[in-house]
Amino acid sequence: MIGRLRQSVPAYLFLLPWFVGIVGLTIGPMLLSLYYSFTDYALLNTPEWTGLHNYTALFQDSRYLQSLKVTFIYVGVSVPLEMAFALAVAVLLNRGLKGLAVYRALYYVPSLLGGSVAIALLWQQIFGSDGLLNDVLGLFGIHGRGWISEPGTALWTLILLRVWQFGAPMVIFLAGLRQIPDEVLEAAEVDGAGRWQRFWRVTLPLLSPVVFFNLVLQIIGAFQAFTPAFVISGGKGGPSDSTLFYTLYLYQQAFGNFRMGYAAAMAWVLLLIIAVFTGLNFVLGRTWVFYGDEGVRR
Amino acid sequence: MRRVLAHAGLTAGALIMLYPLLWMITASLRPNTEIFRHPGLIPEHPTLANYALGWSSTGTSFGIYLMNSLIICAAVVIGNLLTCSLTAYAFARLTFVGRKTLFALMLATIMLPGHVTLIAQYSIFRKLNWIDTFWPMIVPSFLATDAFFVFLMVQFIRSIPVELDDAARIDGCGAWGIYRRIILPLLSPALVTTAIFSFIWTWNNFFSQLIYLSTRTRLTVPVALRGFLDATGSSEWGALFAMSVVTLVPVVVVFVVFQRRILAGMAHTGLK
Repeated sequence: MIGRLRQSVPAYLFLLPWFVGIVGLTIGPMLLSLYYSFTDYALLNTPEWTGLHNYTALFQDSRYLQSLKVTFIYVGVSVPLEMAFALAVAVLLNRGLKGLAVYRALYYVPSLLGGSVAIALLWQQIFGSDGLLNDVLGLFGIHGRGWISEPGTALWTLILLRVWQFGAPMVIFLAGLRQIPDEVLEAAEVDGAGRWQRFWRVTLPLLSPVVFFNLVLQIIGAFQAFTPAFVISGGKGGPSDSTLFYTLYLYQQAFGNFRMGYAAAMAWVLLLIIAVFTGLNFVLGRTWVFYGDEGVRR
Repeated sequence: MRRVLAHAGLTAGALIMLYPLLWMITASLRPNTEIFRHPGLIPEHPTLANYALGWSSTGTSFGIYLMNSLIICAAVVIGNLLTCSLTAYAFARLTFVGRKTLFALMLATIMLPGHVTLIAQYSIFRKLNWIDTFWPMIVPSFLATDAFFVFLMVQFIRSIPVELDDAARIDGCGAWGIYRRIILPLLSPALVTTAIFSFIWTWNNFFSQLIYLSTRTRLTVPVALRGFLDATGSSEWGALFAMSVVTLVPVVVVFVVFQRRILAGMAHTGLK
């Protein structure tokens, strides 16, 4: 054992920065956050133990429940739409059209810039009552509304902003589609499969690991969305808390009200929610993801 | 015919998607009175006045914000390249006690939502007197905390033939020599991908810059931009769009130059 440990010394030296990081900036702070979540902590005081109080308070906090609802709607609507667009355009592009590289780059641009403050501010203008969208609608004689200032539509502008960034999963789909050998599709065609059948019965099952990968990634990302809601609602999550994303409410509690213990509890619940969804994905994935070693499902 | 239709559809789609961006660029070239009620793309009275106005209207030159962002980005890129490659080399090539466990631990941190460490990190950085400095943004990158890049490099190093290591060992190289002379040079495609994504993510990273920076002269581009309308105390939309365009230019330039590598890197790893 001593000998093996001695042999390990060079490796440990290489790992030293990472080790300091994972202990000092990841595991340590995680445990510390967990401790804070059981306390009343306002940054300037010493944390005071309150047991499960923060957690029970969370579920009696109507704004917290509202933030959960907003976030679930956002994730539940934007992720499937984004994936559907990404897949549809990728399939369209994969037919050996000329100019593939150009289209791919153009469709990717929104993903590249979409997370920035600049785009969120642009969104705020476009969907404002005097904004670009209403100007365009005006050309057709349609009188638009204040899309961002009305609680019924504000969240939908944020959903649209995410769907607009379908280029990133599309690029991953395209790479996946290229891995599907032409012979398989040709064989299906010879067997009399039409365009739709080939897509549903051959392309999609062979692509399912990539679909799965994208889905997991997008869900995890969407749960943590912050910048657009923060910028567009001026940090408030309004109107009427209709864009109060989970992370935005966490931010307000931590850095607006300095309820650090409460915010830490929120963070841990978020971790649990994301873990459950990811786990659920993996369990459900077994029924529809095809890894090529179990024969094509019927 | 089918092809023509497909091209027409794809071009129309791209145009609709990119229209807001194009419109923002032209809006930045319009006088303030002309921005609203003009959904078209051609400015009637093109002017660069918005750029001059926006550059100085927050009371601090926009050049300062750009410089601050650039300093943080450069430091993060260097930190990630250095420490992620050291870590990846050890995981991919060296044998040591606890390797499997530590590797699993590293992988687990990839998907970890940052909020679960946020509160405690903030209070730690506060005790270190790092609030309102660049350190909270920079130091983590020198401790290989971005496990995604470590994983990317581990995958890449595994594709480098081990025989090269053996040959170098026979020539008298130790672990450090192999890392320095064999792995690092061959790893350069993964290093470039890491550098590009580190830059773009850090440039756009709003959240940590928002919570850690407060003094006006220390603000970075996203934070300054978000406070723009408050700082100018007016609805200078033209100037705001002008500065928005300025903040997007570096990312677009990096994308145009490294387009192939970015899209290839995306396809392999699912980076965004």
